[in-house]
Amino acid sequence: MSAEPFRLPSGGAIDRTRTLAFTFDGRSYTGHPGDTLASALLANGVRIVGRSFKYHRPRGVFTAGPEEPNALVRVGEGARAEPNTRATMVELYDGLVAQSQNCWPSLGLDIWALNNLLAPLFPAGFYYKTFMAPARAWPAYERIIRRAAGIGAHVPHADPDRYERRFAHCDVLVVGGGAAGIMAATAAARAGADVMLIDERDTLGGHLRGERGGAEILLPYLRELAADKNVRLLPRTTAFGVYDHGTVALAERVTDHLGAAATPSLPRQRLWMVRAREIVIAAGAIERPLVFAGNDRPTVMLASAVRTYINRFAVLPGRRAVVFTNNSDAACTARDLTAAGVEVAAVVDARAGQAVVATTGRSLRAVAISSIDDAGRPIDASRWIDCDLLAVSGGLTPSVHLHSHTGGKLTWEETIAAFVPGTGAANIRVCGAARGVFPLADSLSDGVRAGGVAAQALGLKPPALDLPACAPEEPWSIRPLWEVKSARNMRGKRFVDLQDDVTADDLELAVRENYRSIEHVKRYTTLGMGTDQGKTANLNGLAIVAQRRAETIATVGTTTFRSPYTPVALGALAGPETGKYFEPIRRTPLHDWHAAQGATFVEAGQWLRPRAYPRPGESFNAAWRREVLSVRGTAGICDVSTLGKIDVQGPDATAFLERVYCNGFARLPVGHGRYGLMLREDGIVLDDGTVTRIGERQYFLTTTTSNAGRALAHLEYLLQAVWPELKVRVASVTDQYGQIALAGPRSRDVLGKVADIAVDSAALSFLGSAVTTIAGARVRLLRVSYSGELAYEIAIPAGHTVAVWEALLVAGQEFGLAPYGAEAMAAMRIEKGHAAGAEINGQTTPADLGLARLVSTKKYFVGRRLLERPAMADAARPTLIGLTPVDGVTPIPAGAQLIADARAKPPVKMLGHVTSATFSPTLGRPIALALLTGGMARIDETLVAASPLDGVSVAARVVHPVFYDPAGERLHD
Amino acid sequence: MLLIPCPHCGPRSHIEFTYAGDATLRRPADDAPLAEWADYVYLRDNPHGPHREYWHHVHGCRAYVTVERDTATHAIVTPGGEAS
Repeated sequence: MSAEPFRLPSGGAIDRTRTLAFTFDGRSYTGHPGDTLASALLANGVRIVGRSFKYHRPRGVFTAGPEEPNALVRVGEGARAEPNTRATMVELYDGLVAQSQNCWPSLGLDIWALNNLLAPLFPAGFYYKTFMAPARAWPAYERIIRRAAGIGAHVPHADPDRYERRFAHCDVLVVGGGAAGIMAATAAARAGADVMLIDERDTLGGHLRGERGGAEILLPYLRELAADKNVRLLPRTTAFGVYDHGTVALAERVTDHLGAAATPSLPRQRLWMVRAREIVIAAGAIERPLVFAGNDRPTVMLASAVRTYINRFAVLPGRRAVVFTNNSDAACTARDLTAAGVEVAAVVDARAGQAVVATTGRSLRAVAISSIDDAGRPIDASRWIDCDLLAVSGGLTPSVHLHSHTGGKLTWEETIAAFVPGTGAANIRVCGAARGVFPLADSLSDGVRAGGVAAQALGLKPPALDLPACAPEEPWSIRPLWEVKSARNMRGKRFVDLQDDVTADDLELAVRENYRSIEHVKRYTTLGMGTDQGKTANLNGLAIVAQRRAETIATVGTTTFRSPYTPVALGALAGPETGKYFEPIRRTPLHDWHAAQGATFVEAGQWLRPRAYPRPGESFNAAWRREVLSVRGTAGICDVSTLGKIDVQGPDATAFLERVYCNGFARLPVGHGRYGLMLREDGIVLDDGTVTRIGERQYFLTTTTSNAGRALAHLEYLLQAVWPELKVRVASVTDQYGQIALAGPRSRDVLGKVADIAVDSAALSFLGSAVTTIAGARVRLLRVSYSGELAYEIAIPAGHTVAVWEALLVAGQEFGLAPYGAEAMAAMRIEKGHAAGAEINGQTTPADLGLARLVSTKKYFVGRRLLERPAMADAARPTLIGLTPVDGVTPIPAGAQLIADARAKPPVKMLGHVTSATFSPTLGRPIALALLTGGMARIDETLVAASPLDGVSVAARVVHPVFYDPAGERLHD
Repeated sequence: MLLIPCPHCGPRSHIEFTYAGDATLRRPADDAPLAEWADYVYLRDNPHGPHREYWHHVHGCRAYVTVERDTATHAIVTPGGEAS
């Protein structure tokens, strides 16, 4: 057999001077530039390209476009393999590797085809009917179902390809580069609009590319558009969703068609988010199949696809054809077949009361023809006609998807037996076949109209535009034929949805079982639920449902059209924001220093913080425990630059902070700081931090690392929306300042060596603040402690942070000063019983956290009124307590539930949960904080901290939450 | 993607904003009855149609922009103004 036995010697838009090699299921074939994988397979006589979803019936190429339900193949290898690609949309490249799907062990011999024989067991909804009992067997059922379900197999590797995202704006976005779209773009461009014209195929021209003569008449317009600098042409680009305010999402296939020849610097695909002032939808129409027994056999093919394979790809889909149609497309299909040398054995025209009632052959060998009545019932003896190709056309369905995405309504149009766009978004114009305007001449002028209307809406003057001359066409006519009933003694499945193996009988059963809404029928039968979303199936399906219910199709209505129009690679949606680019990484000014010291890091939101500084040979646990003891024993420094920092200025700054914090600020003198607790309006703690008054009208606030954004937004809301009369401005200065905590009994000695002011207890008392110079930088000191030791926080202009840090290390060397990380800091705050993120959890009041004494009764503040609700003072509220293991050694798992009795049978009453846990290097045993109902009233009770997920229960004693220096003597020294 | 008119920055995509809730609410007096406070904090209408709401221009000028948006169509009925 010669290479490409079904290829015509001349004609078509393929480049015969170059040959491309590819494989399908391991066998080598050839094709040419211009081919799709589908056309190349057909040229090589490959008729069966996949197995169907449920019955595993052999299936062939059915269409020549994006609506393809059958020819789904896996393209590529390894991590680059992509399942469920439509062979009709895959451009052939040299070295392409494709595999059939949904068959085992091979396409030719598929074990699961047994399902076909068991078909009576698989009616609509068979999952629901079959796998009912016993309930405990469901996991086993599920395993079987999952193995049998789905079509393509997923690729269990990370996607190695690169994807890009682009935002764009234009005056007029024209979706669809066919006859109507090109005319609309030309009209809009000539009017002076900035135009984008996109099309999902590799070249523009629309359906004319597949007709005799091609898109020749459009070429002058295309040349004009290509030369216009205000026009962007984007082939290989699918508009897959239309969203609010003129947003259209496009998926551009940049290098998919190049295979190994792709330029490595280019992304595989590009996601465009286009904001268009006007949108013209010229998406064309999709041909419908006809529903009759055995209508899924290879090679039953849409008539328009048959013409496309002959005219564009110079491929014969068969040698002896029958044409079965219910509309005026019949004549040109027969004409093109004859012109290509295919014998047309019969034209079966439903308009003349004829129909195909059965087919035979693994690959089509013959069709049976009968006369039918108005209900599609065969009324005479059928006769068989030998053929290896059946071209079918059930009419054209306008592609209204994008019009419907933003809620556009549909209207039933009897003359074409299809829905057309009704009212819709004000800036969306639909034209051409997408609006049900099929004859070419009409479609061209409809495109000019739509482009002109869009231009006019932009205040531009629509230009005069001469239409290209086109050959006269037979007027469009159709006789709706939604299904052909089976002839007696000629059984065979009548498929409505080829991809999901949904038959007319399934739909009838669903109606008989009283599924009323078309949305329910869809989900019960899976009509239109495949990767093709029923592009060729849905209208036939709902028409059959309408007939069974004796209602009009308009009454039954359509299911909802949702984006995406065709499948979009998840990689394209994710774009470049994967891995370390998923979100920004924030590094402190000291980051490089930490890294050079071999610090381990921990993520805190977007921040990377040093967690501990293990010395050579030292374990992580040994390192942070040493760091704790160093702070408690001598001194340590910690990078706390990640704290949120807010500058508050204005004549009303004091009044504002009085309202914002629940504790008092009115008498805070300049040069002093205070701990501040901020509530939400519902009385729950929002955040805590320090407030330093640095001038009469200026304060410097710190927030926790994790709440920095929330706290700033809260202050901005209060100033802009609630008290706009207050003369206060707030600004984030988080990135402008580095911040260092200097802590430990010798910290004053260290500071004294580097500061140019007195820092003794009289000069800088607890919560005192001062400005000094360290290492040439003007810095602000606040004597405040998180660790529980004598300590200072130093705010430094960010660029000077490293110099100050290093100066402190040098000065501290003689005292044994060492850097400590987030782990040591966290352990010390648990030792001190300070609430942090796990306790300030959006459910706790100040009293729940043991901070009731801070809450002012002398003023109104945000959260005061709702904090006064009786339930907020309920003695049963979970409040902060400490826990210590009864045996003194077993760690208490964070997150564990507190229960009274380890042996209690479920359901067990939960008394609270462990919020934070650590090993206390200072005490030499595990400790934990918890929120416990009844709280401090339970001191000395023994409870069980149970963590069933870890399989751990620990007996724990309730203790005061401040484990270390409860009187706070160490910080007031 | 909504296009939100910011009085400082012009029309901007909603990905620059954070939704910040009902803009018709007025904070009760500090000593107002508890029930009034509970309504202010917890009670929200869910209107079908025009709705005055705040959008916080967090990735822009940080203004709380008042927007009247039709919740059924997402049409922005009146151009935005600054909060209150």
